Amino acid sequence: MRGGGEEGDRRYPPTQRSGVLGDAYAVDTGARDQTPVLALGLRGIVKTYGALRANDGVDLTVRWGEVHALLGENGAGKSTLMNVVYGLTRADEGQVIFDGQPVRVSSPTDAIRLGIGMVHQHFMLIPTLTVAENIVLGHETARRGLIDLRAACQAVTELAAHHGLEVDAGARVADLSVGLQQRVEILKALYRGARLLVLDEPTAVLTPPEAERLFEVVHQLTASGRAVIFITHKLGEVMAVADRITVMRRGRVVATTSPGESSPSELARLMVGRPVLLRVERGEAHPRDPVLRLEDLTVEDDRHQVAVDGVSLEVRAGEIVGVAGVEGNGQDHLVEAILGLRHARHGRVLLGSRDITRDTTRRVLIQGVGHIPADRHAAGAILDLTVADNLVLSRYDRQPFARWLIRQLTAVLEHARRVISAFDIRAESPAQPLGSLSGGNQQKVVVARELDGDPRVLVASQPTRGVDVGSIEFIHQQLVRRRDEGMAVLLVSSELDEILSLADRVAVMYRGRLVALLAGDDIESERIGLLMAGAA
Amino acid sequence: MAGIQTWFQSADLAGLASATLIAATPLVLAALGGLMSERSGVVNIALEGIMLTSAFAGFTVAFAAHNLALGLLASIVAGMLIAALHAVLAIEFLVDQIVSGTVINILAVGLTGVFYRTQQDVQGAVILPIWNIPVLSSIPVIGPILFQKALVTYLMLVLVVVVHVVLFHTVWGLRTRACGEHPLAADTAGVNVKAVRYLNVIASGALGGLGGAYFTIQQIPQFLPNMTGGRGFIALAAMIFGKWTPFGAFGASLFFACADAVAARLQYLGVHVPIQLLGMLPYVLTIVVVAGAMGRAIAPAAVGRPYRKS
Amino acid sequence: MSAAAGWLRGLLLPLVSVLLGLLAGAVAVLLSGTSPIDAYVALFQGAFTNTNAFPETLVSAIPYVFLGLSVAVGFRAGLFNIGGAGQLFAGGICAAFAGYRLTGVPAAVHLPLALLAGMLGGFVYGAIPGLLKARFGAHEVITTIMLNYVAANLTDLLVNKGPMSDPHTGSPQTPQMLLSARLPIIVPGSRLHLGLFLAILVVPVVWFLVERTTIGFRIRAVGLNAGAARAAGISVGWTMTTVMGISGALAGLAGAVQVLGVSGVLTPSLSSGVAFDAIAVALLAGSNAYAVLPAALLFGALKSGASFMQLQTQVSADLISIVQAAVIVFVAAPLLVRWLFRLRSVPAAPVSITEGGLGQAPPREGVA
Repeated sequence: MRGGGEEGDRRYPPTQRSGVLGDAYAVDTGARDQTPVLALGLRGIVKTYGALRANDGVDLTVRWGEVHALLGENGAGKSTLMNVVYGLTRADEGQVIFDGQPVRVSSPTDAIRLGIGMVHQHFMLIPTLTVAENIVLGHETARRGLIDLRAACQAVTELAAHHGLEVDAGARVADLSVGLQQRVEILKALYRGARLLVLDEPTAVLTPPEAERLFEVVHQLTASGRAVIFITHKLGEVMAVADRITVMRRGRVVATTSPGESSPSELARLMVGRPVLLRVERGEAHPRDPVLRLEDLTVEDDRHQVAVDGVSLEVRAGEIVGVAGVEGNGQDHLVEAILGLRHARHGRVLLGSRDITRDTTRRVLIQGVGHIPADRHAAGAILDLTVADNLVLSRYDRQPFARWLIRQLTAVLEHARRVISAFDIRAESPAQPLGSLSGGNQQKVVVARELDGDPRVLVASQPTRGVDVGSIEFIHQQLVRRRDEGMAVLLVSSELDEILSLADRVAVMYRGRLVALLAGDDIESERIGLLMAGAA
Repeated sequence: MAGIQTWFQSADLAGLASATLIAATPLVLAALGGLMSERSGVVNIALEGIMLTSAFAGFTVAFAAHNLALGLLASIVAGMLIAALHAVLAIEFLVDQIVSGTVINILAVGLTGVFYRTQQDVQGAVILPIWNIPVLSSIPVIGPILFQKALVTYLMLVLVVVVHVVLFHTVWGLRTRACGEHPLAADTAGVNVKAVRYLNVIASGALGGLGGAYFTIQQIPQFLPNMTGGRGFIALAAMIFGKWTPFGAFGASLFFACADAVAARLQYLGVHVPIQLLGMLPYVLTIVVVAGAMGRAIAPAAVGRPYRKS
Repeated sequence: MSAAAGWLRGLLLPLVSVLLGLLAGAVAVLLSGTSPIDAYVALFQGAFTNTNAFPETLVSAIPYVFLGLSVAVGFRAGLFNIGGAGQLFAGGICAAFAGYRLTGVPAAVHLPLALLAGMLGGFVYGAIPGLLKARFGAHEVITTIMLNYVAANLTDLLVNKGPMSDPHTGSPQTPQMLLSARLPIIVPGSRLHLGLFLAILVVPVVWFLVERTTIGFRIRAVGLNAGAARAAGISVGWTMTTVMGISGALAGLAGAVQVLGVSGVLTPSLSSGVAFDAIAVALLAGSNAYAVLPAALLFGALKSGASFMQLQTQVSADLISIVQAAVIVFVAAPLLVRWLFRLRSVPAAPVSITEGGLGQAPPREGVA
């Protein structure tokens, strides 16, 4: 690797200096000085969106060589803060100090020039381009006007080898696994000479073993003098990876501590602002007859690749069956096939004794299937319609909400008032647009709509994604209560904790196949984690 | 060889091929313009209006200055100006790109209409001559088809290759494709998305402008209202049919132009088909192609979506 | 912000847009070498103060009402129907056929029948691109424009020495509509016909359809979020086909009214650009059915005044296109207006009608 050293300085952007560690890729952090310079200092950052103060005077200090966890609930302001640091959002007030100097970061280009890199929760990769093209994008080398992709591939391969992040530089990003895509993202930041690396919810899409591997990479990066900001809402991770921890709540920093000085329950209390039950109160399930049965179900994706591969599963009345798995292992396609949103290539879906495999979505819903879609914005609700309209979205044309073809708006509004109070939805009026509610309350509207129809089966896909802890607790309690009243619940979640705390039986999906069906004492975190990663 | 040659001559397939290439000229240029714009993420249904305005501007300048080169230049500049308007509306002011394109198409009718009447006397106007390329033009069969054409057609052929190279082998092209697929990703990688999109939309206007020049600088020495006859839209269909690639768009444009040329020939040969039915042919074909190709062709993922920062 | 202020703001933007549009037109007139003041004075006289000018303005406004509603209904489902011209022809052909071929029927039956025929023709012709979009993902902007050319050729084929042409005249037109199918003149001495009441009547009907019926709910749901509509069991493809059909029926009605009320015959020049003008009407009205009325009146006045202006000042009536284009720009770009006036209070949200580009995958349907 030594051979690439001198060239490296030329090839990579100028912030990359040959470092104190005698390593071409290490960074000069000023650690030699008696008074170590801080990597990042934020002073009084304020960012408002309309009435919402997403960041309300945030102070933060990050040292070179440390993993600094930024912990907080959804909507606590972590991502906004990091978008300010990376130049994606401009703060209304406050100061950013990088490596001891006050800086203005008004675009990602500025951030990159300073040596700030960011790996976003939703990867910023272009699926149709190759790994090398993605990595050099914006910092390409050209020869006689034409782009030099060979040199790019070589540089990427060298960089990858040095950091132990091997990846095929010529592969199309769309063909890579999520774990590898994340690797490309990290390499992209390192290629641009990142000295401070921000990782936004990096484990959300990883299997537990992949997450372990990521933690190693993170420690390796800090060992070379870099600083890493690790954004997460998972307590276990923070304890495992962080040197220091900053907790945010409602746009403010509520504490800065370290794993040694704190505990998961303490962190949870700081994060939420009150003591939190980490587990849902849940009694024994009393399952009865099967309500939903999948028989050898095979489903293809849009590109005609098999996405669900011969899945057979039974959900009985009065039980919650959890489908665990890293996202993208066929869960979405499974749900779509059940709902009639996608053709099954093969196999059957039975509701009671009726075959609903070929029914339209409308028919499936009418026959007693409730559905909480995984993506609230794309499929769950219509933000520009009123709360009341959203509460009848799947029943708008049925009695009493419509007579013949005429909508009965009084009935719709009355229904909305009743449901709003029953489900404790925080809305000023049923006639206000759904988009004006908080994320948690929007999700409650979706859940309320589906539960209010008294379905025989509820297919709940990521039912608590992106909502606050209070709403999570409420939704979890509702699911358990309905189970106890005899509803069959199919819970699809990529949050292992959610599966563990709710499911009576757990089906694990890996690459479209159902690799295990666990019950009772077999439902155990480590075992499921391994199964999710494909280790049988 | 001689046998094939006479066969070609008797069926006049060579003549048909030649007519196809000529008729394809504005289609290819507009399709190339469309794909430069769309590859960067901006829908450009304004090409029809761009071509119309450019045809008008080119003719007016060429006629007034008695200089075809100036006319050609005026066409290109007019195309770029109109495209710049589209770019400002779509990129800066976040106007729905289809609405913005429609505005320009309406505006083109208005502008050319208002100024048209002020210069109806077109005595003495000329068009680009046929340039026989030395040596190449005397190759049997191929020579007359490819190398006995006027300037805009030659430029069109060269530009197919140029746009291909730019799009797939240059830094600009890589950034263009990145902006069309995932502008936020391009932005976070340090690419100036707005600048890339501006550049591409304006380049699109230059290509469309050259396409407009075909009508009044190469085809006939006269401007007529609505003379582009929907070719800007057919070009977009060719772009889709050609899967957003220059060579694909070229092939698809030849297909449409061939239909046009065949229709013209049938009429000329006195085949008994109502002229209106022949007139419908390219439009019906476009519908069939757009419907048939769509499921298989994959558009740039972010096309039509404005990009703005919070 | 108070409700009154919101209402005012809703009115302010269209008004400002119209004024800026007229200003843009004035610049164009100035550049073409005429005094814009002379041009606009002539325009005003031609639209309002000359003999019979106002009835003539209303005659011009009538098709704009139908066509404006047609475009607006499409917008509500997120569809851009630029096929008004074609659907207008389709409606005109069907209405004309019923209007001169159906003999011995009393007016009370004949006229409604002919109007209905026009709507039906427009419905079918509009539903085709809807179906093509639903089934194949073919973008409606391209298919409707192509269908406009097809319809224009078809009309010419039929009336220009074709099966529907009048054997007694040399000009390309159908025989005269029978009196029992004509929309009666309501202001003697002018061309103003009963279609005016029909136009005024259609507005609340369309409003009710969109805002109060289940079909309208489906249309709005699909327009706002097709994915969520689909997940809720609404057939997106079917809704798109229906809404394009309804939009086409309204355009077809415009064609029928023009044939039965104004020209009395079908000619290939039936459309003459009114369908494209309707895009500006719908955008100016913010896709609100009631607001279509004043918007249509404005464009009717512009169109009607433009002919007099052309006669008086030699400024082409195409000037109206420039005014329209500018009006659309300002209505569709509140950000632009804000920038022009350095305002902070004008709504900042961009008008978004269409999602994505011309080459999107077809909307996926449930198991059918």
